[in-house]
Amino acid sequence: MKAFTLTESNGNTIEYIDRKRYLWLSSLFYPLMPLTGVCLMAWTGLEVSLLLPLVLTYVGGPLSDWIFGEDKNNPPEAVVPQLDEDNYYRILTYLTVPLHFVALIGAAWWAGTQDLSWWGFIILAVSVGVGSGLGINTGHELGHKKSSLERNLAKIVLAVPAYGHFCIEHNRGHHRDVSTPADPASARMGETIYQFVLREIPGAIKRGWEVERQRLERQGLGVWHWQNAILQSHAIALLIQLSLLFAFGWIMLPFLVIHNVIAWWQLTSVNYIEHYGLLREKKEDGRFERCQPWHSWNSNHIYSNLLLFHLERHSDHHANPTRRYQSLRNFENLPQLPNGYFGMFLLAYIPWLWFKIMDPRLLALPHIQGDMTKINIQPGKQEKLMQRYAGIEQDQASSEEALEAKIQ
Amino acid sequence: MTSEIYQCPGCCYQFNELLGDEYEGYPPGTKFESLPDDYVCPDCAVCNKQDFIPVEGQSVPHS
Repeated sequence: MKAFTLTESNGNTIEYIDRKRYLWLSSLFYPLMPLTGVCLMAWTGLEVSLLLPLVLTYVGGPLSDWIFGEDKNNPPEAVVPQLDEDNYYRILTYLTVPLHFVALIGAAWWAGTQDLSWWGFIILAVSVGVGSGLGINTGHELGHKKSSLERNLAKIVLAVPAYGHFCIEHNRGHHRDVSTPADPASARMGETIYQFVLREIPGAIKRGWEVERQRLERQGLGVWHWQNAILQSHAIALLIQLSLLFAFGWIMLPFLVIHNVIAWWQLTSVNYIEHYGLLREKKEDGRFERCQPWHSWNSNHIYSNLLLFHLERHSDHHANPTRRYQSLRNFENLPQLPNGYFGMFLLAYIPWLWFKIMDPRLLALPHIQGDMTKINIQPGKQEKLMQRYAGIEQDQASSEEALEAKIQ
Repeated sequence: MTSEIYQCPGCCYQFNELLGDEYEGYPPGTKFESLPDDYVCPDCAVCNKQDFIPVEGQSVPHS
């Protein structure tokens, strides 16, 4: 396996072998996951086979994270420039882009040409929607980079889920406002995912368009100009979705609606869990402190991190948004999720269970220690949550008193 | 008169006054000081205008 070596000025040699190097190839298979159900149905003739991608994602994902566990391996900072320069890693991200198109077109062809029952049709549309939601993750990795090739590929892949405003809104909106009450892409304590989605989707569209409108205005251009990067991505989305409509008829209308909504819902799910309840402190000058490592939830589970280009090493991503996926690092003592993203999604879909597991975890974080004023709380829920968790705060206070007494 | 280069301490994005940043709508010759107060690094959005550091020894003579 390729070793990255560096000789420091004091003569020490650092050698690093990326044990995940070839495991990253799995990112090429996951975009095709929606088609596993189609292949199995073609082979067995059983429509229930279409459930396979959902089983692989929502049962196989959390289970694999549980079985394979965590990976805390980090590249030494000194070899990161070499790691970043290695084209192998970026080629993998480039190759996933056409695969997302293949999955959508393949699934649409199957839905448009086979005599599926209504439930088989819905399962197929949902499966490919989940896969296209992953396309937003590919767009996320590419869209954060500085090269125009990668930024253009991001625009192209975002056409699959028809979410062309994502990169602009995410890079310039979410990264600026993350973990503040104003951020539509940061969930608040006490906010269910079903309340969050109604704030997140319209809020993100509005902020993305506003950022792009301001950029075009500075160039002396109107918002409907062809140089609008959101419109460029949407134009590709329109082309592909209209082509599917012409090719396979009106059946594509419900298919694409379900597909698009489910793809967007994947992003909602990710956004919901990534910063739940975390709050940046407001400084005296009215600005928020810079985003710190404890303002993101992390997961080091190797399986889901391999499918998501290390997205779950989220604190390092927010500290260094342009850092490439292969170089993102794990840090100790950060807010940690108990499972990978796929398991956490399932938890988020059952609000009472999510609150039961995540609220105590949030309150116990070292920088919060039960202090509700340091949490991003859903307006109107403050009093109720304070009453519910008053015990934790008191416990904390009494243990602090006991500690002080001990010291004295 | 010289044009200065200012660098984002986070991701090393450079704003060169001589070149400006046309994609962002800042034409060549735009002074760093004249950028809006809420300017954030166009590449990482982590650092804002106050965080940018002038790059020493790289002043470019204005043509």
